[in-house]
Amino acid sequence: MHFLPIISTLRRHRTAAALIILEIAFTCAIVCNAVFLIKERLGRMDRESGIVEDEIVRVQITGIGTRSDADAVTQQDLAALHAIPGVKAVHVTNMVPFGQSSSNTDASNKPDDAVGGVNVGMYMGGPEQVETLGVQLTSGRDFTPEEYVDYDAMRSSAVKLGSVIVTRALAERLYPGQNAVGKPIYMIGDAPQTIVGVIEKIARPNEITETAEAQYSALIPVNLPFTIGGNYMIRVEPGRQAEVLAAVDAAFNKVDRNRIVLHRDTFAKIRESYFRQDRAMAWLLFGVSLALLVITALGVVGLASFWVQQRTRQIGIRRALGATKGDILRYFQAENFILATIGIVIGMGLAYGINLWLMQKYAVARLPGEFLPIGAVLLWSLGQIAVLGPAMRASAIPPAIATRSV
Amino acid sequence: MLGYYLDLARRSFKKNVALTILMVLAIGFGVGASMTTLTVLRMLASDPIPQASGKLFTVQLEPRKARGENPPEPPEQVTRFDSETMLREAKGDRQAMMTGGSVAIEPQRPGLDPFFSEARFTSMDFFAMFRVPFVAGGAWTAEDDAKNGHVVVIARTLAEKLFGATDVIGKTVQIEGTPMRVVGVTDRWLPTPHFYDLNTGEYGQVEQVYVPFSTSRELNLHRSGSMECWGEHGGNSTALDAPCVWIQYWVELESDAKVAAYKDYLVAYSQEQKRTGRFERDPNVRLRNVMEWLDYKEVVPNDARIQTWVALGFLLVCLINTIGLLLTKFLRRSPEIGVRRALGASKRSIFMQLLVEAGMIGVVGGLLGLALAWLGLWAVRHQPTDYAELASLDLPMLLGTFGLAVVSSLLAGLLPAWRACQVTPALQLKSH
Repeated sequence: MHFLPIISTLRRHRTAAALIILEIAFTCAIVCNAVFLIKERLGRMDRESGIVEDEIVRVQITGIGTRSDADAVTQQDLAALHAIPGVKAVHVTNMVPFGQSSSNTDASNKPDDAVGGVNVGMYMGGPEQVETLGVQLTSGRDFTPEEYVDYDAMRSSAVKLGSVIVTRALAERLYPGQNAVGKPIYMIGDAPQTIVGVIEKIARPNEITETAEAQYSALIPVNLPFTIGGNYMIRVEPGRQAEVLAAVDAAFNKVDRNRIVLHRDTFAKIRESYFRQDRAMAWLLFGVSLALLVITALGVVGLASFWVQQRTRQIGIRRALGATKGDILRYFQAENFILATIGIVIGMGLAYGINLWLMQKYAVARLPGEFLPIGAVLLWSLGQIAVLGPAMRASAIPPAIATRSV
Repeated sequence: MLGYYLDLARRSFKKNVALTILMVLAIGFGVGASMTTLTVLRMLASDPIPQASGKLFTVQLEPRKARGENPPEPPEQVTRFDSETMLREAKGDRQAMMTGGSVAIEPQRPGLDPFFSEARFTSMDFFAMFRVPFVAGGAWTAEDDAKNGHVVVIARTLAEKLFGATDVIGKTVQIEGTPMRVVGVTDRWLPTPHFYDLNTGEYGQVEQVYVPFSTSRELNLHRSGSMECWGEHGGNSTALDAPCVWIQYWVELESDAKVAAYKDYLVAYSQEQKRTGRFERDPNVRLRNVMEWLDYKEVVPNDARIQTWVALGFLLVCLINTIGLLLTKFLRRSPEIGVRRALGASKRSIFMQLLVEAGMIGVVGGLLGLALAWLGLWAVRHQPTDYAELASLDLPMLLGTFGLAVVSSLLAGLLPAWRACQVTPALQLKSH
């Protein structure tokens, strides 16, 4: 292929060539960044919670007025929920992974640590917490029945909380390279708790990004009354979520009618509503990228058609002088390839610049290098597909044109 | 002349319908997407209370334990003790302390189950200070604040739900098992963003129930929002002397002099508290007005800003595309232009003729853009975000959409029209 004649032709159509290059460059830059942002959002939506999501349903309930019998009612609730067919385990907790609302505290490996402490999510729950959530103990053990304390007693410091289970990330942060089981953690009150077990992970209720801090959580052995958070987490046999959810109202009403159910949902729904903003953003970016590619393709078609029409005579002459149909076809394809390549090169610079600016202003992560080739390949193929029609029309121009229209 | 140009433009559009439609679509979609996102952004960044936003200030003090370095900013909320003291001393023109909460309401109407409602526990001045409109009655009295009055102000929607009417002053609402007398019914009121307490949602619905703060403590009503504590509070983080910040405190100050005086008061207050040992750090106070506060809290979500930039980028590509298409379209008509020039049309009139053609594409594209923006906002309203229902096209944005379309298409027409005027008539006439 001879590129020189193509380039000299393009030099005579500078404005049109510049416009198409500019269009390809901006499209490339925006699409590169959009694809990256989409991937980032999809990555967030794929975050693991660390619990057996398929088997968990959550019912959040709240009472009317102040009440002194909350502990007793909670015990009856637990028994009533256990009695529902298909229920494997139940506990009451103050917060739920991806549930938005959270309680947190500072924790450290030494007492009264003003600077070295880390912020930790506190999952409080009764005897079946580990079993219900299905979190995986990687070392140590589950709580023993004696280790559970009552919420009011713990709050008024009447009873000392002795033990906690922490996530692997938190254990590693407090005791790098060591086995954290059996070690102290300063978290609640002045005296330390002992780490009795380490679980693989449990996601915090409201951390959006997958930072180290998002992995710092602890399970606290507390018998909560339903008035604190009021989240009944229920583990059911696979496939029986709907059936169990349909039966919970009756179970609660049998214990005490004077209450209001706030939420009644599967964990899949909790996850979906937590990430819906990300999903909406991903769809929007996808839509805009698609529209950009279509517009750019049509722009290429428009310009190429114009050029084919404008050069009809020259094409006829070339054909008369012995150029094959294939030569003409390849000429327009090569022309498009050159334009696209220049556009892509500029576009990559732009993509990088836009990303830098997004990083500075909106705390977006750095664009990894592998996203640039995606944009390049997309626009090269787009250009080739778009130019194919006009190029075929050009190659169909008969040599006789050369003799006719002069 | 304009009529003739319009006719020429119409003929030209008919000659190449596909190209015309493509240009209209490009302008329409670009403008539609931009205006949709700009409308949302404008709504998110709007002044929630334009009549008074410069006079309303939120108070920040530094009551925390002195350990580690001094944080540059004091906490965003204040303690109950400081709030109640400042409220008693009443150094501003108006002031109110408040927290979000929720209450169970047991309707007396048959067939209506008990339900939960968002509530605000506050003091009397809240309503006057934030210009809350009433359909009936008004705020409670200072005596209600002082003596835990069992009174309540409810929103119009709640009044209609509970009683089927808005004129319900003196009637009783059963709140958490306690009967409370309705003293006021507020009209539709939706400050956007929810500036006075960003912890209970930045956008969207306001509270339906307002109860005196003192009463909420007497009845131990459930509070919500964020809370930061340092040190022991013996299990009661909402007690008067608990070392916890969880109250929003707002003050209205009519003049700059009063703002300066109030700041001095806050510093003096902090010093006094440090002297008595309640505060451990040096005075560090802030007094931010509504817009400064929203700015400081960065309430406008980054996603909305990124979406706007993406849409504007899209518009830019659409414009480049339109410039390119207009250029090819105009240049294709070089012979025609050559004839018109030879018959005596000036470069200027050719230029005008082509701009009219570009402008017409803008007008049609603008109509399409308007329809698309309307559709886009309809889609936003059906999104699960909490500001969704507020998104709608007002008159300035409507005109803006149309203006943007026409201006963009004229801009897009400038270069191609100029290039087309440069046609040499003789050359065109000769070659055809």
